[in-house]
Amino acid sequence: MTTETLLQVKDLKTHFFLEDGVVPAVDGVSFHLNRGETLAVVGESGSGKSITATSIMRLIPNPPGKIVGGEILFNGQDLLRKTEKEMRDIRGNRISMIFQEPMTSLNPVFRVGYQISESLMIHQGLNKKDALEKSIEMLRLTGIPSPEKRVHDFPHQMSGGMRQRVMIAMALCCRPELLIADEPTTALDVTIQAQILDLMLELKEQMGTAIIMITHDLAVVAEVADRAVVMYCGKLVEESTVLELFDKPLHPYTKGLLKSIPHVNSTQEKLYMIDGMVPPLTHLPAGCAFAPRCPEAQPRCHMERPMLREISPGRRVSCWLYEGGGE
Amino acid sequence: MLKYIVKRLLLLIPVLFGVSLFVFLVLHLFTADPAAMMLGQHATKEQVEALRESLGFNKPLYVQFGIFLSQILQGDFGTSLMTRSAVTDELLTRFPATIELAFAAMLIATVVGVTVGVISAVKQYSLFDYLSMVGALLGVSMPIFWLGLMLIIFFSVTLGWLPVSGRIAVGMEPSTITHFYLIDSLLTGNWEAFKSAVSHLILPAVALASYSMAIIARMTRSTMLEVIRQDYIRTARSKGLVESVVVFKHALRNALIPVITVIGLQMGSLLGGAVLTETVFSWPGIGSFVVNAILAGDFPVVQGGVIMVATVFVVVNLIVDVLYAFLDPRIKYS
Repeated sequence: MTTETLLQVKDLKTHFFLEDGVVPAVDGVSFHLNRGETLAVVGESGSGKSITATSIMRLIPNPPGKIVGGEILFNGQDLLRKTEKEMRDIRGNRISMIFQEPMTSLNPVFRVGYQISESLMIHQGLNKKDALEKSIEMLRLTGIPSPEKRVHDFPHQMSGGMRQRVMIAMALCCRPELLIADEPTTALDVTIQAQILDLMLELKEQMGTAIIMITHDLAVVAEVADRAVVMYCGKLVEESTVLELFDKPLHPYTKGLLKSIPHVNSTQEKLYMIDGMVPPLTHLPAGCAFAPRCPEAQPRCHMERPMLREISPGRRVSCWLYEGGGE
Repeated sequence: MLKYIVKRLLLLIPVLFGVSLFVFLVLHLFTADPAAMMLGQHATKEQVEALRESLGFNKPLYVQFGIFLSQILQGDFGTSLMTRSAVTDELLTRFPATIELAFAAMLIATVVGVTVGVISAVKQYSLFDYLSMVGALLGVSMPIFWLGLMLIIFFSVTLGWLPVSGRIAVGMEPSTITHFYLIDSLLTGNWEAFKSAVSHLILPAVALASYSMAIIARMTRSTMLEVIRQDYIRTARSKGLVESVVVFKHALRNALIPVITVIGLQMGSLLGGAVLTETVFSWPGIGSFVVNAILAGDFPVVQGGVIMVATVFVVVNLIVDVLYAFLDPRIKYS
């Protein structure tokens, strides 16, 4: 695997300006992604992982949302400085995205073939006929049986798994360098989940696409990702390779997430869960945002906000426990 | 689909039967004796009775209804009590004028209403949005006859841009083929007549359209606001589509489905509103004619007029239902 950097997010800040205050949904997030690599972005609902993804696409609804700071370097060029037209040439072409809800992510009034063709027509200048041919080919790649017939289906004539395959075909038809998958399997049956993940990995190998996999499901992380970043309340709390993350989680939040995975052969009667709730982003505690729920919290955690520090190469954590540069 | 259309057209028969029965009963049970009205207050009882007999009003109601129905089936709506000429002829010469006015109003209401609604939704909470929604409120609340008079005073009297009333300048009438002046003048290549007909049509059509335009604008705005937040709109944007394609193709196509329903229903209020508009603008249509007929107790004209309007309304709603299937592939008729 090459280690050329494809995407570098630096100190990204996306805030939402609502009537009851400013919500710092993403607050100073930095991470990078190498070409052909799969990075998992892990966190609970509201941790800012989807907003991070949407910010990379520059599709934050404005108002109320706004990217207020930072840089998103894609192949060394800052996406935040691109004009809207330049961004349109990138979206769906060099960076594409698939979403959580396959049932509602396709337009109900257009045939799936047309919806895939649309990307090909705008980005590759294909005419209708060639674009449809290519769409059939893409559907075949995603494992849809008799694609030359299904290409004329409307979304409502397909199952959820099928639709997610169509979404993947649509996202990958222009061979993007980066695919952002926002919880692509959350809404699917477990058996279909595995199929879709396998499909994504297979196509990624074929096309050399890098993937940002947004998920709250650590099983998905273990299965597909090379590295992972863990987000909590709009901030990065830990960054690590997947192996190390599962082997030796550092941040108490990550530890909690890992403990929450139920095990079949466990003797525990009750499932583990992290106490308390995610605090509202408008009223974050003064210290570490996780401190109120943290089993290892010290007095300092409630007073001062820890910084993200590099513990070892490629391993970063923001927690006062590791202030000394390791345990 | 064809089977469905045929089925719906066959349903027209019971609907029109119901309408005929209702109009017939209302007119015969709740209005004054037309024979007496025709003869005036100085007529003797014997004269009135003689007229009733010659017009067939002395027969039992169900017999009268039977005669009425058998006449309708032959396309005969009887003879007008006022003008003594065949109601069918009277209505056919006036009906195209009403249809022309109503469809012109529908066109204006739809085009302007949908456009304003889309822009308001896309630019929610902007100045345009606020102004157009206030405008829509005015459109809903202004009575047609008042708006009509104001338009005449401003555009015809003060500015002198458009004619005050009528359907076309005197002596300009195109040779009749369809009785629709716009179509006839185009067919005969008579540009002067076409221009005159259009200039006469603008003010009444705008006055008539105002209410429906406001309703359509509000409806379009609210459905667009809903649609534009859907996941598939985000998908369309993430594909790199231009915003205008996202809005007018991906969003509007979905938003139009409920709007079409409203447009179909508005056709009813347009045909009803035509009565007032025609009176204000001296438009020689069916509306003002039927109103006069009601005042004069001219049964056959009222019956004929109501049945014709009901037919148009039912057909328009059939067209709306067919449009649904065209706009939304999830709708199937069988």
